Amino acid sequence: MVEILPAIVLAGLLAAGCQPDSDVRPTEAVPGTVLPNNFPAPVYTLETNAPTREVFELGRTLFYDPRLSRTGDVSCGSCHQQFVAFAHADHRVSHGVDGLLGTRNAPALQNLRWKRNFFWDGGPQNLETLPLAPLTNPVEMDETLENALRKLNADPDYQRRFQQVYGASPIDSYQFLRALAQFTASLTSANSRYDHYVRQEAGGQFSDAEQRGRLLFVQKCAACHATDLFSDDSFRNNGLDRSFAADSGRAHITGLSTDLGRFKVPSLRNVALTGPYMHDGRFQTLKHVLDHYANGVVDSPTLDPLLRQPDGRLGISLTKPEKTDLLAFLATLTDEQFIKDKRLAERQQ
Amino acid sequence: MLFSRFSALFLALAITAISLTGCDKDDSSPASNTGELDIEIENVVGTTPLALNTGTYTTEAGDHFTVTKFNYYISNIKLKKADGTEFVQPDSYYLVKESDATSHHFTIPDVPIGDYTSINFTIGVDSLHNVSGAQRGALDPSNDMFWSWNSGYIFLKLEGTSPDSPSKALVFHIGGFMKPYNTIRTVSPSFNGKTVMVRTDHTPEIHFHADVLKMFTGMRFADASSTSHSAGANAVRVADNYAAGMFSVDHIHAN
Repeated sequence: MVEILPAIVLAGLLAAGCQPDSDVRPTEAVPGTVLPNNFPAPVYTLETNAPTREVFELGRTLFYDPRLSRTGDVSCGSCHQQFVAFAHADHRVSHGVDGLLGTRNAPALQNLRWKRNFFWDGGPQNLETLPLAPLTNPVEMDETLENALRKLNADPDYQRRFQQVYGASPIDSYQFLRALAQFTASLTSANSRYDHYVRQEAGGQFSDAEQRGRLLFVQKCAACHATDLFSDDSFRNNGLDRSFAADSGRAHITGLSTDLGRFKVPSLRNVALTGPYMHDGRFQTLKHVLDHYANGVVDSPTLDPLLRQPDGRLGISLTKPEKTDLLAFLATLTDEQFIKDKRLAERQQ
Repeated sequence: MLFSRFSALFLALAITAISLTGCDKDDSSPASNTGELDIEIENVVGTTPLALNTGTYTTEAGDHFTVTKFNYYISNIKLKKADGTEFVQPDSYYLVKESDATSHHFTIPDVPIGDYTSINFTIGVDSLHNVSGAQRGALDPSNDMFWSWNSGYIFLKLEGTSPDSPSKALVFHIGGFMKPYNTIRTVSPSFNGKTVMVRTDHTPEIHFHADVLKMFTGMRFADASSTSHSAGANAVRVADNYAAGMFSVDHIHAN
């Protein structure tokens, strides 16, 4: 053993030399249990709901189970698809039961462990109780918690698996929500090329354009899209509209006129994949988004002060080459490992 | 299986804990200087007991109404002795439902023996537990007292009908814990000079009245503001109303 060990270590080092760094990270039993060292402290700590493989897998089954909807054909995964970082590909808004359309763009689900509140308006304030909103929303899954629990309790496979991890039966809302939270909390995206760059790992090289884009980003975008989570988790009016009759945003939650038209600053991780963009999905591409900030910002009483330039102009000044560089940088935030992680996929081979 | 081994260990510990508790209870010496206090709450409308669906009532302002649902949370119960010392009940959450008679009566365990001169409790749920995630018991979100789209509990829910309401319906879902629409209210209904004496062998009972009419002080059902589905100014008005005297101590049994 004593002689073998150095050989193994050496072999490991040699292998590491030839492979992208990500491939030699220790494989976690449950994804997302090693907290990235370039992230701040999480809100939903590991201790809150200590991950185990059995509970995580149970949460995954629940996440992808369409039977939880009233009609039996809409799951969480219907509108949150892994290949686009758990956003809804090509959908301005999503369709729930009976083809009913929602009013807001389904956000990417990633790094939820670090969020103080959720949705474009910050209504839900705990990762565990969040799923009650889409579950019961008449245009999403339109099911009652009572019925959802009844379906779980009528299923021998769920019965067995819940019993195995929680002991007590029947399956109650606590077990259901805690199991689901283990899956949603596991959705950690922290292995983009940008991450390798900031952590000075292998595979973290930037091109000149990406490097210029990064500096522009720090200068012009990072006040809101802050930290390596790429959001300060605040609510801001980014000048999309002059009035907010269609969607009052944060004011829907707080009832305050000062919150009219303010929406959660979204993370930009995997942003190249998560279009369409904005709370109502109005922009099809990132180029449209940059054009909005450069030329499209309109005034209203709650417009974010950061979008008022000293000379009175609105928005963020961006030249065409600057936009190109920013787009190059934003593409470095795509995390292939996350979107291809088989442990997060619906079908398990 | 690692997990089942843990469960077995846990079970063993739990059994030990239960047996230890059992010993404590049987011993009447040092450990058992605590008793219990019974709480009974009767929902009334003015001077009449509340009758869901069948009772017809009139507000002070003259509006007629019936009640089909009346639920509310009582939490964070504290008892105070004459010398100012306080007993704070841990994990103190109760959901009172008019439709469920068993919820009108509950027992507060492990109350240090002594003579209590006042009680204090929250109508609703403290802000921390509004955002504490999945919970069981009174705070289980399947009790139909939780707003999913705007995290937090509905502290009090009254539904009914009124010919004086434009929609003929009455909907008062009162909740919200953030400024400026915080509806968490703490009340301290007077014992009217009486003392509640908790002893190891005496379990006194405080019998409260909760008067629905007090919710509607200064309100006309014809006004649009007389309905509340979410946190906001309308909810605050109702909360202020019910904080001002909905709960009163009708009588105390020394037992």
